[in-house]
Amino acid sequence: MLEKRDVLEQQTPLGQKKLIVSHAPFYHSGRRVTERSYHIILAALPALLLGFYHYGMPAFGVVCLSISTAIIWELAFNLLTRRTITIGDGNAALLGLLFAMLVPATMPWWAVITGTFIVTVVGKHIFGGIGSNAFHPVALAIAMMMLSWKDLFDFDTTLLNYDLEFATMYPLAAAKYFGAESVAKFSLTDLLMGKQLGGIGATFGLGLLIGGVYLMLRGFIRWEISLTFLAGVYLAAFVFNLSDPARFAPPAFHLLTGYTLIGAFFLATEDSSSPVNFVPMLIYGAAGGIMTVLIRSIGAWVDGVVLAILVINLISPLLDKIRPQALGKVM
Amino acid sequence: MIKKAFLGLSTPQIEYEMLPVHLPEIAKVPTPKRITLFHQRNDAHRIPSTLGIGDPVKTGEKLSLYPDLNYYVISPVTGTIASLSPYAGDFGKSFIAITITPDGNEIIDDTFRLQIQKPTLEVLSNYLTGAPGNPPLNLLTDSNGSIKTIVIRGLDPDPMVATSQYIAQSRLKDLKKGIQILKDVTEVQDIILITAGESVQGYGHIEARVKSVKAIYPAALPHMVMKDVLGQVVPAGKTCEDLGVCFFTAEAVISIGNAFETGQIPTSKTLTYIQKDGTPHIVETPIGTPIGNVLAAFGETVNEYDRIVFGGPMTGSTVYALEHPVQPDTDSIIVVDRDKAAYVSDYPCINCGECVRICPAKMQVHMLVRFLEANQYEEAADFYDLHSCIECGLCSYVCVSKIPIFQYIRLAKYELQRAKTPEAADA
Repeated sequence: MLEKRDVLEQQTPLGQKKLIVSHAPFYHSGRRVTERSYHIILAALPALLLGFYHYGMPAFGVVCLSISTAIIWELAFNLLTRRTITIGDGNAALLGLLFAMLVPATMPWWAVITGTFIVTVVGKHIFGGIGSNAFHPVALAIAMMMLSWKDLFDFDTTLLNYDLEFATMYPLAAAKYFGAESVAKFSLTDLLMGKQLGGIGATFGLGLLIGGVYLMLRGFIRWEISLTFLAGVYLAAFVFNLSDPARFAPPAFHLLTGYTLIGAFFLATEDSSSPVNFVPMLIYGAAGGIMTVLIRSIGAWVDGVVLAILVINLISPLLDKIRPQALGKVM
Repeated sequence: MIKKAFLGLSTPQIEYEMLPVHLPEIAKVPTPKRITLFHQRNDAHRIPSTLGIGDPVKTGEKLSLYPDLNYYVISPVTGTIASLSPYAGDFGKSFIAITITPDGNEIIDDTFRLQIQKPTLEVLSNYLTGAPGNPPLNLLTDSNGSIKTIVIRGLDPDPMVATSQYIAQSRLKDLKKGIQILKDVTEVQDIILITAGESVQGYGHIEARVKSVKAIYPAALPHMVMKDVLGQVVPAGKTCEDLGVCFFTAEAVISIGNAFETGQIPTSKTLTYIQKDGTPHIVETPIGTPIGNVLAAFGETVNEYDRIVFGGPMTGSTVYALEHPVQPDTDSIIVVDRDKAAYVSDYPCINCGECVRICPAKMQVHMLVRFLEANQYEEAADFYDLHSCIECGLCSYVCVSKIPIFQYIRLAKYELQRAKTPEAADA
């Protein structure tokens, strides 16, 4: 990131020391955008490593290709538009990583490159770069890819050739098409430990929880959003499960499958597309969670997380109108 | 020193520096070879007529360049005037820098001494507005009795600075006398002394209510004191004076008390000096001493591109030369190493909301800054409460994009003010 040394050099006689004149405050908390990106990448690593363990080199290849092409697309767009080169802030790498964590390990190379193009150029830079994107770029890219190439996101067929130590079926698809009975064999411990099919880095519940808690404690993401998102998922799933236990899976199952955890900690909390005030954050998170379960239970799609996040991104500016009254505001 | 917290669940808190029970030793800086005083002026084209180079001045003499205006400075030394030169301050303020060369003698001017028997507000405003601590006496004279409360700050508004605290605790006698005089010459009957934490007990016998605020920045800023101690919220765009409250630093009150006690206008400024390595000192030096002399007294070396901060790390300003003098309101001098100073950046706002959550005025800073960056000051004031800002600087302190938000806000307020009074801007 470029540091602008705003020097107001004064004409001083020879031999006099030049001092920098700047404006208050003269200290800074030390938190930077770069630091945020790298800590979020760090928090994503536990979940990612289990993905490498399960799916091996293909998964590693997808992640490397995704991160590198995301950076290259961003650099290309920076050069094309003649704006400041922003790849150093780690945001492009983070977005590339998140994209890779959501896709199956067998994603073809052209699809990864197309995906990262949508992430960086369509999702982020067309809106004006970091801080200006209305939607989470990765959620937008995944949604567009799902609409365009539905088969690429069918985890049951794309991961067919893997011989894993657990049931090779995508839990959410099973729950949707065969009812709650079919997923009874998934124990919560297995789901938590990542013994389920899914995106490269989206299945290891415990890893994602560790990462999420770390980010919340350090203040890199806002706990209000993540926790209400999870609470929304749990409550909505609980209501559906209560209404028809044979058709709808129990709430804990919904918490630990699909993109729920990665969505709650890594997608819904993205700075630019989420609200900043307390009450709006609570509504935003809860709405995302409820929307997710609605799509999963009565919608057309197997997993509703990315679509739910796009919906709440859309209402985020509106929600932020609910704001505390400024000090001494004259009505 | 300000440190950052590892955990970030709650907003970062900056604590005020609290002095120990046994106050630190005060260090005295000797009278320098040159003294520079800033004489206010309102017209950049007017040539001063009453004083010229080579004129002798006495210690405590009132130097006034324009006979028809009540602008003056008090000479802290006896000597001769070496130069008169124009000086431009922040935000369009204009001064004449009067340089005096001390001649080693000390002849005390006794014009003031003849008037101390009957203290009136007029005597105060004629002699003491430039005393250490800059007593805002013109607010009292201009208000025609609308000021009902005086708040004395026994705690500096900025963190790291301990000047007011030191003075309020070490010079109780002058403080009492000063409060007495303020009560005598004005109609103000409610005087409140602000301290922090548990230091309330020490002030048993002064004729002021002693109130304690939280020792966390920005609790001692005027608007926060108004809200927390007086229970009055200053409406956006209004000042504390509009509500009949006037703020004095402890040093200002002590200067008044001391002047009437001794018959001499005090000219020694007490200040907090923080070295590059963070060591704090309480220093006493004549007003007008070049900061280079203060630094030299402690063996400090200043390198190219270091910063010298006047008046606190959160709301202060920087000076550009070591010749810059200590002024009556210079409560602190902080030397910041070039590697430790905070730089700003041209990075865009990422909407993380840190500023919104730390803002004590509950402003929507993330939206405000978008308008300010586009120079849309009117819109910023209309939609996003620009005038609610209490100018604490915390938004810039936490900004992960290092946007100079605080500076944008100050600039916007200044520009709006200038647009409102076009004739004053032309002057």
